[in-house]
Parts: sequence; C-alpha cells; structure tokens
Amino acid sequence: MVRKKTIGAIEFGILSPDMIRKMSTVEVTVPETYDADGFPVEGGLMDPRMGVVDPGLRCKTCGQKMNKCPGHFGRIELVRPVIHTEYIKYVEGFLQATCAKCGRLVFSDETIEKVKKKYPPKMRFKYFVKKGAEVRKCPHCGYERPKIKFEKPYNFFEITGEEEKKIWPTEIRERFERIPDKDVEAMGFNPNKFRPEWLILTVLPVPPVTIRPSIILETGERAEDDLTHKLADIVYTNQRLKENIDAGAPQLIIEDLWDLLQYHVTTFFNNEAPGVPPSRHRSGRPLKTLVQRLKGKEGRFRYNLSGKRVNFAGRTVISPDIKISVGEVGVPQIMAEEITVPVHVTEWNIDEVKEYIKRDEYPRALYIIRPNGTRKRITPDNREDILEELAPGYIVERQVVDGDIALFNRQPSLHRVSLMAHRVRVLPGRTLRINPLANKPYNADFDGDEMNIHFVQTKDAQTESRELVAVKYNMISPRHGRILVTADEDALTGMFLLTWKDTKLTKEQAAELLYAIGITELPEPDEDGLISGKKIFSMLLPKDMNIEFPTKLCEYAKKFGYCEDCRNCDLETYVVIKDGELLKGVIDEEAIGTKGKIIHYIYRVYGPEEAERFVNRIGILSTMAIKMLGFTISYEELKIDEETKKKIEQIIEEGEKKALEYIELYKKGKLEPIPGFSEEESLELYIIQSLEEARKKVTAIVVKEKFEDFLKNPATAQGFVMIISGARGKVSNIINLVAFQGQAYVREKRPHRGFMGRVTAHFKPGDISPRARGFVKRSLREGLGMLDIFFWGMGGRIGEVDKGVSTQISGYYYRRLSNALMDVIVFPDGTLREVTNDALIAYRFGDDGMNPMAALDGKLPLDILYAKMKKLKGEKK
Amino acid sequence: MASKKRSILDHVFVPKARILSKEEVEEVLRKYRVSKENLPKILETDPVVVELGAKKGDVIEFIRNSPVAGKSIYYRVVI
Ligand SMILES: [Mg+2]
Ligand SMILES: [Zn+2]
Ligand SMILES: [Zn+2]
Ligand SMILES: [Zn+2]
Repeated sequence: MVRKKTIGAIEFGILSPDMIRKMSTVEVTVPETYDADGFPVEGGLMDPRMGVVDPGLRCKTCGQKMNKCPGHFGRIELVRPVIHTEYIKYVEGFLQATCAKCGRLVFSDETIEKVKKKYPPKMRFKYFVKKGAEVRKCPHCGYERPKIKFEKPYNFFEITGEEEKKIWPTEIRERFERIPDKDVEAMGFNPNKFRPEWLILTVLPVPPVTIRPSIILETGERAEDDLTHKLADIVYTNQRLKENIDAGAPQLIIEDLWDLLQYHVTTFFNNEAPGVPPSRHRSGRPLKTLVQRLKGKEGRFRYNLSGKRVNFAGRTVISPDIKISVGEVGVPQIMAEEITVPVHVTEWNIDEVKEYIKRDEYPRALYIIRPNGTRKRITPDNREDILEELAPGYIVERQVVDGDIALFNRQPSLHRVSLMAHRVRVLPGRTLRINPLANKPYNADFDGDEMNIHFVQTKDAQTESRELVAVKYNMISPRHGRILVTADEDALTGMFLLTWKDTKLTKEQAAELLYAIGITELPEPDEDGLISGKKIFSMLLPKDMNIEFPTKLCEYAKKFGYCEDCRNCDLETYVVIKDGELLKGVIDEEAIGTKGKIIHYIYRVYGPEEAERFVNRIGILSTMAIKMLGFTISYEELKIDEETKKKIEQIIEEGEKKALEYIELYKKGKLEPIPGFSEEESLELYIIQSLEEARKKVTAIVVKEKFEDFLKNPATAQGFVMIISGARGKVSNIINLVAFQGQAYVREKRPHRGFMGRVTAHFKPGDISPRARGFVKRSLREGLGMLDIFFWGMGGRIGEVDKGVSTQISGYYYRRLSNALMDVIVFPDGTLREVTNDALIAYRFGDDGMNPMAALDGKLPLDILYAKMKKLKGEKK
Repeated sequence: MASKKRSILDHVFVPKARILSKEEVEEVLRKYRVSKENLPKILETDPVVVELGAKKGDVIEFIRNSPVAGKSIYYRVVI
C-alpha cells in the first residue's frame, strides 16, 4: 500500500564542519581530474567515490550504476579558514553585537530578556546588531571594544585610534566559538542548527560529480564543468598555501595566498558577488557557479522547476482569416502532420481507425499503442500485421484533423481569455490562422505576433476544452461583462457603410454577399429593383428579435443639434428592429461593438452558439461589404474651406494672445493666483487653459463642418466615418490632421527642460510664451515645422518609455497578486473564502454580490434580461 | 477649547463600529457556517478597537459605505 505523506514543515539550517565531514566520502587533495590514461585520479575532483557519470561504471561508494547512484559529497580541508561570503551580513552582525573577549552579547542580561520578550526572533538580530555596534564597553567583562569596520566584499578591521588592524577569519572563528548558546538563541537562531563559527569555513563540501559531469567534445577531449574548474582553483590554492606554511614562507606570501583562497571560495558560491571580480574561463567567459545555476529566469527554479516544457504543442506567426469561425483555429498542414491525437479503438470506431492506418498520406495514423503499453510506429511494411492485430483496447495515434480541439494562447497571458479552446481547421500555408474578430481577448494583431497552440490529448481534457474553454463560452469578459469576440475596426466601418441609409445594392451584389455567409435566398427588392444594405443585415437577425436603441452617431448628432427627437429622427441615429427586421438606424459600435446592444441581445437571449454564428456572419458580411463599397481616405478630405480656415486661425491667435496677456500680467505681478497654487503654477494653468479653450472652439467648428460633409455624402468624409462608427480614431485626430496640432505635453506639462532656461537654443532664456513651450499652430496636413516635431517628439518619447516601464512593473504586481489570490473563490452562499484553510475573506463578494460577467459594466442589462424572460415564457407555452 | 474629547468614531471616514453581543456572535457564526478562527481579524491595538474597549475574542461589526452596495457589513474578531 502506498502511504501518502505530506510535508509538515521544512527546517533550514547551515552545515556544521562535523556534518560536512560526516557526509563526505573522500577528501580531495589534488587538483587534477584524470590521469594520462584517462582514469580519474584518487583524491582528485573526479574521484569515483563521489559518484559515476560514465555509463557502465559502478559507483565506488554505493555500488550502483549511473542512473541509480545519487552522487556523494567529498570535502576539501581548508588549511586556513575562510568566510562564507553569502552569509557575510551575519558574520558582520555577530562581530558587532558580541564581545571579542568574553563572547557575550554586549547587553546586560536584563536588556537581553526584555528584547527577547518584545521582538520576534527575526527582529532581534537586527536590533542587537544595530544597537551593539555602538556599545564601546562590554557590560559583562568590561572589555573596551574597538570599532569594527566592514570593508566590502569580505574584510573586517578593528579601529583603535589611527590604527586599522585586519581581523583574519581565524580570529573571527575563535571569537564566535566563545559566544554562548543562550546568546545565539537570543539573537534569533537555534544553536543546534546554527552556530556562528560555522559561518567561517574550515572544511568545504565538494558537490558530487553528478551535478558537474564532464563532457566529451567532438575532438575526443574532455571538458570539465565550470564548478569543477572552480573547485580545482580552490584545491590548488589550498595546496600551495599548505606548502608555503609548511616551508615557513614569509607572512606576506601566506596572507596573499589566504586572500586568494577566500576569493576562490567566494566565487565558487557566487560569481556575481558585488565587489568581487568574476572568475573567468580561459575563453574570457565568466564561470557559472552555484548561485548562477539557481538564480533568475534561466535558473533552476524558474526554468526547470516552475517551468515545464510540453509536448503536442506548436508556435508560429499568426495571420487573419475572416472565413474561419471565431471558434476555429487554422493549423498549417505541416504542423498537423507532425502532431498526433490518441484514438481509443472500440468496436464502434475500429473501421474508421483502420482507414487511417491504411493511408499513406496526410490524415493517417502514425503509431499504435498496445494494451500492454508498447508503442509501435506504423510503416508500409508492418501495416498489414497491425491491421490484423488491431482490436478494441488499442490506442491509435493519428495526425491532427479538422474538428480536433486545441488550446490557443498568446503571451502575456494576463487574463483567462488569453487561452481559449478552438476547433482545428487544417489549412495550407505556414501560419496559424485566427478570425480577426477573435483577437481582442488575446490582444493580438498581425504585425508578426506569434501564438502557441496545444493539441488536447485525453478525452477528459478534450471535453473540458469543448464545454468550458471554447471561445463561444468565453466571449464575455469576466472583468466587466463586455463581449470581447465581436466586430471592431474595419468590421465596424464595413457594417456602418452597408447599413447607411443610401446604401443600395444590385441583386448580383446582394447575392454575392449573402452567398458568402451561406444564405441562398434574396430579400424582397425595393421598387427600384435594388436591395438596401439594411435588408441584407436583417437576414442575420433572429426573426423574433425586437429592440430599439440610439446609435453612436446620435452622440454627435445631438451635440450639433441635428437630432432632437431620436425616435422620430430621420438621421439614422436610432435603431429600430422589429421582428428581426432592421427598419431604421445605422449599425455601429452601439449595435455590434463590445458593448453593442444587438450582440448582447443575441448572446444573452439566444445563447453562445447563436452568438458565435452571428459574429462569424457579421465578420464576413462587413469585410465583403467594405471591399465592395470601397473605403479610403483622401488628402482632399482633410481640406477645410477658406472661410472656416480663417475663423480657426483667428481663434488660435486669440487663444495665444490671451496666454501672452497672462504672461504680461504675471510679469507685472498683477496675476491673481488660483487658490492653492503658487503664482508660477497659476500662470501655467492659465496659459494651458486659454490654449485648450481655443482648441475646444476649433474642435466644435471642424467637427460641425465634417459632420455636414458626411451627411451630404459619406464618401467624402470617410475618415470621419471611422470615428463616428466607433471603428478607430478620435475627434482630436481629425483636428490634428485638419486644423492645428496644438499644445505638446511632456508628462502633462508644457515642455520646459532641455537647454538652459529654454527647451531649445532657438529661444531666449526664460521665454515662456506658447511658441517657446511647444504650442504648434500648424496641422499635419500642412506639415509640421522642425521645432514642432521636436516638441511633440519629447512627449511621445517619454510616453513610449513610461509605457514600457509601467507594463513591466504592473505586470509583475499583477502576477504576484493573481498568484496570491489563486485559491480564493466565491462560495455558493456569496462569501469569499480561501479554499486551502476556509478563512473567510468577504461576507459578500464585491459588496453587492454581483457576478461581473452576468452584468455589463457593473449594471444589469435589464432590457435584455426582460427580452430573455419574455422569450422563455413564450417557449413554455 | 479642549473641553470636549473627540472620539475617532465620530469621524466621517471611520466606519461605524460596535461590539456584538454573545447571541449576535453566535448568529453570525451560524449564518456564515464559520468558526471564530476563520473570521477576518483585527488587532487589539487598532485605534477603533481601543476606542470601543473591545477585548481579545470579541467580534466587531463594521458598517461601511460602499459605492456599489450603499452599505456593507463586515465582521472582525479581535486578536
Ligand atoms: Mg503585434
Ligand atoms: Zn554512488
Ligand atoms: Zn565581554
Ligand atoms: Zn438621437
């Protein structure tokens, strides 16, 4: 019976010299590894008692072969002790806090007791070290303590008056030996597991050869591991030091060698220790020693232990394909041929499986696995035998085919919809294909982005993928309830153009569009024999759908007084859908965007399957429509008529003049400061305010003109179409293109640094006029001047840098937060609890108990829920 | 001026707090099917706890303003 055991606790301590000797199987005394005949040297670094790395040989300690022998430690007896520099902070601490003569903590017993009561072990050490460093006289023996100076990386000095005397590790060790156990305990350590003198190494463990195997190069030469190199340095220096001491060499030479030994031991542990020059290979490459093996992204922890590589996965560049479903992923055939999926042979599918085995080409079986677990590759030679042998209970691994399920992922995987399950579509080409309407959850674009795909192997996992992880069940963002898999950018523009009031198509055009989405019937044409775009869009809607709402366009129309009574407005600003027929209104972001009424209606009333189908169809329809109707932006479109231009120029001049007036007022000292701000701050605010006011006025004029252009003929204002349909761009983009750039900002302030008292040398020092501080009067259409570009470049560059820095920092914060919250879940009673220990975190999730996924931006979409209830009621009857 | 001692509990930013009676504590533990150790905690040295004069093991009810739910109730055990 297997007894399951759990780890109750882990205790950390450091090795005592006794322990190091006890675990050692060999004392290493010679720096050589192999002799001339290629045999490991006795007492060398490759002594076979430390384990075996050559296949076939047996370990001299445990008698087992390479794969069974765990490896065994050796040791180096250091002739002179050295400090373990990874613990240098503790060495310093004990030196500062204890008496060199009697070894006691330099505090009275009463103080020690008091501190022990007041602070937990971890904080006591800090306390004693900080306070102890200032104690000049030992309260126990009265010893006058000299000041102790720590010099990086590993030297200590005693300062008596002008004199500095080095404290050698031997002396440190002797002092530490005198520290009584009770004081070690008082400083927060368990003296059975930790004695301060163990921080000074007298014997060094030599790790088993198993963790530092030598490799044979193609030339037949042996190359040793970095650790072995480092150990050889230590053994060699140790031997030389010993010889020199035995020969009675001068103190200076001995001290030099001792220092060298300290250096080698230090870099053996950590070759990136601060203040220590890294030890290098002959080629100049720094050695990778113990700390380097563990630390960082490529270290043992993050690379090998937390990070595991997986099979049945692929990664390549992605490209868009509007004709596959958002729930599908296009897999290049060369990838599908490489990767298999297991099929369990049953009496019901055995004939189908046999077909795969018989085939020579692409969808074929590659391996069979017998019930006893043996695996066999299917080749033309053994095919007949395998077909004969095959029976229920066998597993056949066949190539990936259409309809298989795969997990698709793009990094950084910031939320759960960064990984979703897609159905496989095997396609020609070399890229993974994804429907562009499904790229928002992944935050993917097609400028060279790569994505990962995992072909799900077991039946359980496949079922979970299809029923829980599939795109259709994850269209709604778990954060705010918006639908992420839906039209954006060109898909919105296309739908806007198609459903605009004047858009009419010939029967041929309509047939082409509808056929592409699998509809083979045409709607009834109008009297003129043409079919309106609205009728084509209506073909996508469920026949019992009824909904009314104002469009995105209405926002603009209202602002400029074109729409007063939305419901009766003939401006297309109000959508009316009756019995699945789009009677009025243009389809834009408000209808099928991420918060779109229609898409939410379909998802929530008709369900995920219907929503997936609808999204696929609007994708194809709008893409074909935008191609058919044409979409472009012209230089001509950015022109404004002379009269408006004059008006704009005048507004800008006025704004600038007002700013200059404030500056004059300030210079005269007559500026009324804003409460809570200094005069200088107020002046900046006043200047910015006057300039931004001008911009606001210009914006109103330009947008009004563009809006009128658009109403007259949408074809002459297509850039504007992008904005009002919600596809892309903001009104400010139009202003920058058409009217003027306006004020450049560097971190929300006017550019002010760079040159002495000015931004560039083109201005007088102290000039704070709009012109000298990044106010640009020209538009992008006219073209910017040299200084204009410079001013705007300043802000742009800082923005770019900040973006990079803050995504990194916030990414790490998020990682830590989500790892910490991993096992906090909402319980059926609405409370938040930690699964692992039942701790209650909150009595009602989010105070209101609302599931953000079921709501939309924190509010319940009542109109849609009502429609759903009505439909359910109708179905019951 | 310093005639009247002000209580921190009177400040608008300090959530309303009171010590629950034994019966009320029982009721809370039963309602949420939770043991006292698993309740959220608050230090005995917390200014509000000091002001209320609560002892270790007491359960305090906080009524906090919530932007989404108006008022929200939270219980903490004093440790
Ligand atoms: Mg990209
Ligand atoms: Zn062994
Ligand atoms: Zn002393
Ligand atoms: Zn309106």
